Parts: sequence; structure tokens; C-alpha cells
Amino acid sequence: MPIFSYLAMPKSGAKEALCADLAALSHCEVIPSDNQEIVVLVTDTPDETTEDKLQKSLNNLQSLQSLSLAFGYDDQEKQGR
Amino acid sequence: MKLNRRRFLKYAAASSAVATAGALFPGVSFGNWQNLTNNSGIISWQKAPCRFCGTGCGVLVGVSDGRAVAVKGDPNCSVNKGLCCMKGYHSVQMLYGKDRITTAKVRKNGEMVEVPIKEALDLIAEKLQETKDKHGKDSVAIYGSGQWTIPDGYVASKLFKGCLGTNNVEANARLCMASAVTGFMTSFGIDEPMGCYEDMDHANVFITWGNNMAEMHPVLFSRMLANRKRRTNVTVIDFATRSTRTSQAADKSILFKPQTDLAVANAICYEIIKNDWVNWNFVNEHVSFHKGKTNIGYGTEDHFAFKDKAESINFEEYKLFLEDYTPEKVEKISGVSARDIKYMAALYGDPSLKVTSFWCMGMNQHTRGTWINNLVYNIHLLVGKISTPGNSPFSLTGQPSACGTVREVGTLTHKLPHGVVMKEPHREMAAEIWDVPVSNIDPKPTYHTVEMFRALDRGDIKFIWIQVTNPMVTMPNLRRYRDGALKDDRFVVVSDVYPTPTTDVADVILPAALWVEQEGMFGNSERRTQHFAEIVKPPGEAMSDTWQIIEVAKRLGFEKQFPWTQDDYIGKIWEEYRKFHAGPKHEMASYEVLKKRSGVQWPFVDGKETRWRFNAKHDPACTNGKDFDFYGKKDHKAWIWARPYEPAAESPDSEYNFWLNTGRVIEHWHTGSMTRRIPVLHNAVPSSYVELNPEDAAELGIVNGEMVKIISRRGEITIPAQIKGRGVPPRGMVFVPFFDESYLVNEVTLDAFCPISKQPDYKKCAVRLEKA
Ligand code: SF4
Repeated sequence: MPIFSYLAMPKSGAKEALCADLAALSHCEVIPSDNQEIVVLVTDTPDETTEDKLQKSLNNLQSLQSLSLAFGYDDQEKQGR
Repeated sequence: MKLNRRRFLKYAAASSAVATAGALFPGVSFGNWQNLTNNSGIISWQKAPCRFCGTGCGVLVGVSDGRAVAVKGDPNCSVNKGLCCMKGYHSVQMLYGKDRITTAKVRKNGEMVEVPIKEALDLIAEKLQETKDKHGKDSVAIYGSGQWTIPDGYVASKLFKGCLGTNNVEANARLCMASAVTGFMTSFGIDEPMGCYEDMDHANVFITWGNNMAEMHPVLFSRMLANRKRRTNVTVIDFATRSTRTSQAADKSILFKPQTDLAVANAICYEIIKNDWVNWNFVNEHVSFHKGKTNIGYGTEDHFAFKDKAESINFEEYKLFLEDYTPEKVEKISGVSARDIKYMAALYGDPSLKVTSFWCMGMNQHTRGTWINNLVYNIHLLVGKISTPGNSPFSLTGQPSACGTVREVGTLTHKLPHGVVMKEPHREMAAEIWDVPVSNIDPKPTYHTVEMFRALDRGDIKFIWIQVTNPMVTMPNLRRYRDGALKDDRFVVVSDVYPTPTTDVADVILPAALWVEQEGMFGNSERRTQHFAEIVKPPGEAMSDTWQIIEVAKRLGFEKQFPWTQDDYIGKIWEEYRKFHAGPKHEMASYEVLKKRSGVQWPFVDGKETRWRFNAKHDPACTNGKDFDFYGKKDHKAWIWARPYEPAAESPDSEYNFWLNTGRVIEHWHTGSMTRRIPVLHNAVPSSYVELNPEDAAELGIVNGEMVKIISRRGEITIPAQIKGRGVPPRGMVFVPFFDESYLVNEVTLDAFCPISKQPDYKKCAVRLEKA
């Protein structure tokens, strides 16, 4: 089902904490930049309910300043054909 | 196979984010990330502009088994450098809603019956001819859209203006961009912004004038915030009538009372002159001063007519005019403190700061929309902050091709692809390129959009063809126009992709190809033309709006003017159309160039795009030998206008004591006919609501989610309340998003418009509230 990638910006000085927080969430893969305060996050959730839950968890992360989407994919089955 | 494909998609997702980061943060490195080469080839990617707003982000559409399944930002597109917003990423799903219109339908004995599309096209041609013969050429009309592709708009104009001889051609961009156009024409004599998005990478100060960019132009807003993060000296000021996500992210939020932006803009100019922050070299060389008529009305009556008259004034007269707008006087009108007015003036006035002003519907949907556009240009012109990197008064567009199709092709009653119907040389040029007698093109404009729907109601128009837009949700004072469309001897054709309140009033519905199911071009806010190929097949009998018009034109006997085949029509149309814009002021790229690149900015001269117009260093059309040449005006100067503050058409009073403001939310595009069929977007904001100020809500005894009745002199709706949501209006104002056809807020709004641009004001009318 949905696969998304994001650019995640940590709060000031919180990159390590953000990587740890994101890695602790299910359905998340994290690629930290080695020279700047940016993290790439790839999410792959099995269904809409899990996706909604993950979105809520992401919204609640204290170490996260902002998330910008970079890629989106959604399986066709649930789109109504 | 499934596993491989999934793994590939995750790779694609990660590589897309890495590429985006690279574009936004030069030098960034992701050591653990291996470059993707030799991908599995399960998905092929093709470029297109996003379908959902005037920003014009480049996207790559991923196709698997003939179906569009994924979207990523196009890193080669300078607009978004690989980023997209949530609408863009989910956009391919709009193609696959369950209730997609795939066959033509015709009303027979009151019922809509499916028919082969050929039969529907025959009927349209027959009805059009019959109506024209019986009631005259001006009894037939076409109403299109800023979401029309450029070829759609071009063939509509050619058929109706060139062949049928009526100027009954309008588009919904009248409802969103007309004031921007008249603003440009009156200040510069030529349409569309002088700057470009690159201004964001140079400006130190951004002022958003009634423009919730965080939701309406999110990718540009991110670019602005990325600049603030990257550079130390960037300030963002949100100047608005309600608090929004833009206000929250801004360094300073300043609220003004509706309509009083006119007074504040004049007060900023007053301060600039008073403190001698005027850039005299610039003003003396490049600016002339003018005034126009005042007390110009609001257009709420049928057949309203207005023509402005420009008179030259000198600087001293202009200065005297501004005496009414001292910050202290304006504080009383606007609710903006004199201190904040002086603060904004100082930002514009400081020669060491580069300032970009952004605006969109707040200034355009305004009964003095042309004036407020003029007034913001005045500020930039007084301090000479214009047409140079970072110094940019920038009118953003809402729709993906409001600029490309409506403003450039000229799909408005008075326009032609080059110039206006009123001017003989422009008619002659059109007649020659279109291969029609010049006498075919009527020198008199007919109806602007509001008046066109009034004419339909009165019966002056009896046949109307509506494409790519949903006026039975978007017309202000909607009930009148819906009742008009439903009258017995009106014939309404609607081309669309999903059922809407507009297809509900149709006599014929044509199934339309959507976005990348057809080849076409859009033109975005920064003069960028963006080509897209047919990437997937349209469903059922759906066909492009362009080809629908060509089919009808051929049936009406205009094969000579529409000789193309379905294999090559877009390229041929483009090459014919671009003849209208030949020359350094508006030269367009060739079809072959457009196909290769992720958008090309015009003027495109000798293989080079023009980033900053009127600036001799960048713009090959400058010929006066000076550093700037405002060549749109005969005097080669930009015009400063003395335009006063005048109140709104309708303001709160003791009976109707609240302002009603309407607009959009990030998740939904316009009337929601597409985004409400995209599950992620629909679930995020499933229905509309009314935003209330918490203190007003408490006084009325209304809590979150409770139903509220909004009543105006024209109609009423009952809608759930939202308190302390993403937007908070000040006391005495409510805000309703218009994306939800279950709550037709335009039954409440007023059809008053700017007398110069004829664009209605959706931001201000008076209502009262009741707990339902
Ligand atoms: S900002 Fe506009 S053009 Fe860009 S992805 Fe979003 S909706 Fe599309």
C-alpha cells in the first residue's frame, strides 16, 4: 500500500534524537545526511489505518521540526477500479 | 514480482528524496545511499506539470501496466527542484475515481441517457447552429477554465471568435486572475510578472498580502522558509485578514480589516515619501504619475458598465493625495497600528533590503482588485525595487494554466491571442493566422463571466458549453445562476471528468480526458510553459476538450480552419498559436523544445529564457538604452496610480453583523471534484466547515462541530463549526472553504465585482449567524 519519502528536518541539534525516534517507529527507514541537518525518511505501510497511525506518531515527535513529502505512491486496488 | 516492484518503489522514493535534498541544500551528502542505476524498469517515468495549482511544479508520473501509479517531484524542474505538496503526490489517483464519466450522456425526456459520443457531438453542433440561426451569434457561448490546456483555449477562441463571430468566450480565470491582469495592464501596459521564482533565493524580506501561501502555494512557501533557514537575513511578514498557517510560520503577522489594504498600501507610500526613501534616480527615469475615476461602483446590477479614464498628475499632486493616508489616520480605518505600518514602510524603504511581495486571491477577488494591484506596484516603484533579482512584486496564480491559457491565449471576451478585439491590427493578425475574414471578428466585447451567466438567466444566451470548470459551485450569488441555467429553453453542454452540480444542469455531458490522458501545455505563474505528453490512455470514450471542440468545428463546416488529425494536432496547434507571440516581448519556445524541457520561460529569445523583464541586463525587448525599459506603455514608463480607499460593496451592519470570507484548504483543489475522490486527501478534510473566532463562538454558544446557520441577503447554508482549527478569523468574521458541494457557500456570497477587471469579490460580504 502507500509508500512515501520525506525530507525530515530535526529541531536544532536534535538530528541524532530524530534518527533514533524515527528508527524506533515501525514501517520507517531512515537515511541521515552525513554533513547536514537533514534526514530522508521512507515509509511503507500495509494499509490506510496503519498509515494514519504512523502519521499521528510522526506529528507527535518532539525532535522533528518539519516534514516535506518528496515521493508518493499508492496501490491501485483501493482507488476504486 | 510484487516484492521486486515494492522494493523498486522504495528505492525510487528514497532516491527522489535524496535528489530533492540535493537541489535544496547544495553539497548535502548521504554517504550510505547508493546511487540507483539499472532500475528494474517496472515503472517508466515521464514529465508533466502538476495538475493542481498555478505554482507549476514539475512532476514525474510513474506508469506501470498502462496505469499511472506514482508521482515524484521532477528534479530537473527549477520551480520545485524535486519537491511536491500532498496534492501533487497523490494526484494520479484523481484519474481513477469509481464514478469517472466515460461515456457521453444526453437528456431525453428529462433523463440523462448514455449515447455514443459521436451522437452527442452531432447534437451539440446541431443545437449550436440552430440557436445561432434563430437567436443570433451572441446567443451561443463557451465558458472555459484556467485548467484548460493551452490548445483547449486556443481552439475555443478560434472557433467562437474567429469562425462563429461571437466574443462570448470567457473562462473561470475571470474569477481568479482578472484583477491581476488589469493591474499589470494599467501599471505596465503588458501582462504577467516581471520577476520569477528565483526572486525567492535573493530576497531578504517577503510580505504576503492576503495570501495564505502555506496552504495555497505550499512548495513556494517551503522554498521561502528554506531560504530563511539557510540565510541569516530573511524576514517573512504575513499581512492578512485572518490568522492562518502562513501567519504561524511568519516572523510577524499583521491583521487588517477587510478592504483596508487599499488604505495601508497608500500609507506605506506616504511614509516612504515622508522619510525620503524614494529612489529618485529610478522614479525620475522610469515612472509617471496618474489618477483615474473614483466612486466607481460595484456591478451588482445587470448591464453595469464602467470605463476608467487615466489623467496624468505630477509628483506633488500624488504627494498631496497621500495626505489622507498618514499612518495615524489609516490605523483608524484598518485596525493596523501606525507602528506596524511604519515598520512595513521601513522594510520597503531600506535600500539594503531586497523585498518580494506575494499575493493571490486576497488582492484579486476584491471589488477594488485593480486598484490594490496598482497600489502594491506603487510601493515597489517608489523605492525602485522591481525587475531585479529579489525585488519583486509577484502576483501568484491559482490555476495551473490561468496564465498560459486564459491570459496568454486570451480566452476572455475582449481578448485575442495577441491583443484585444477592439483594435483593428489585432483583429487583422488573428484573421490572417486563423484564415477567416477579418469581418468575422466582432470589435465589441460581449459578456464578462458574471454578466455571461446573467445573460443566460435573462435568456440573451441560450446555448452554453462549459469545459473544465464547475460554475454551479463557484458562481457568487449562485442560486440565480443555477435557476437561470435550468430554464426551459436553455441548452447546456458540460465536458467533465466526474459528476458535479454543473453536470446536474446539463443537457449533454461529454466525457473528458484528464491531465496526462492527453497531450497539452500549461502556463504557470512565472511565464513558464510546460508541455506534457499523453502518458496513459483516457478511459472509455473520453477525449480531450481540444478534440471535442475540433469535432464540433468540423461538423459546423470549419474543416479548413481545423484541418488537423488526432495524431498531430497538439504540435500543429502550438506552432500556429505561437505565431501570435513572435518577437522579443513574448516569443515562445518551439514545440520541439517544449517537449524536451521541464518548462520554458517566455520571452524565449535566441534559445534563452528571460528571468527579469524590463531589466536591460536580462530582457532582450528593452530598447531605450537605459537600465530599465517599461516598454508596455507608450511613454516607456511604469505608472504610479493615485487610487483611494473605498469601502466594500457590502459591509457588516446591525442586521448582518459578520464578514464572510471564502477560500481553499491545502488538501483540496477548488470545488473538490477531483481531490474528494483521492482517499488520502478526502480523509484528511472530508467536509467543509465554518471557522469562527473562539470568542464569537462562545458568545453564540457554539462549540466545535455544532451546526451553524450562515444567512445573507441572498441565501443561507447550515454547516459545522470549526473553532481554533488551522485558521482563526478575527472577531466579526467567519471563513468557509468552498471545496464541498454539500455546503454551497456561494449561495450566500455576493456577485459584486471590480468595475475595471470584472472579477467578483469572494472575500467580503455581510452575513449573520444562528445556532442551527
Ligand atoms: S504546490 Fe501546486 S503545483 Fe506544486 S505540487 Fe502542490 S498543487 Fe501541485
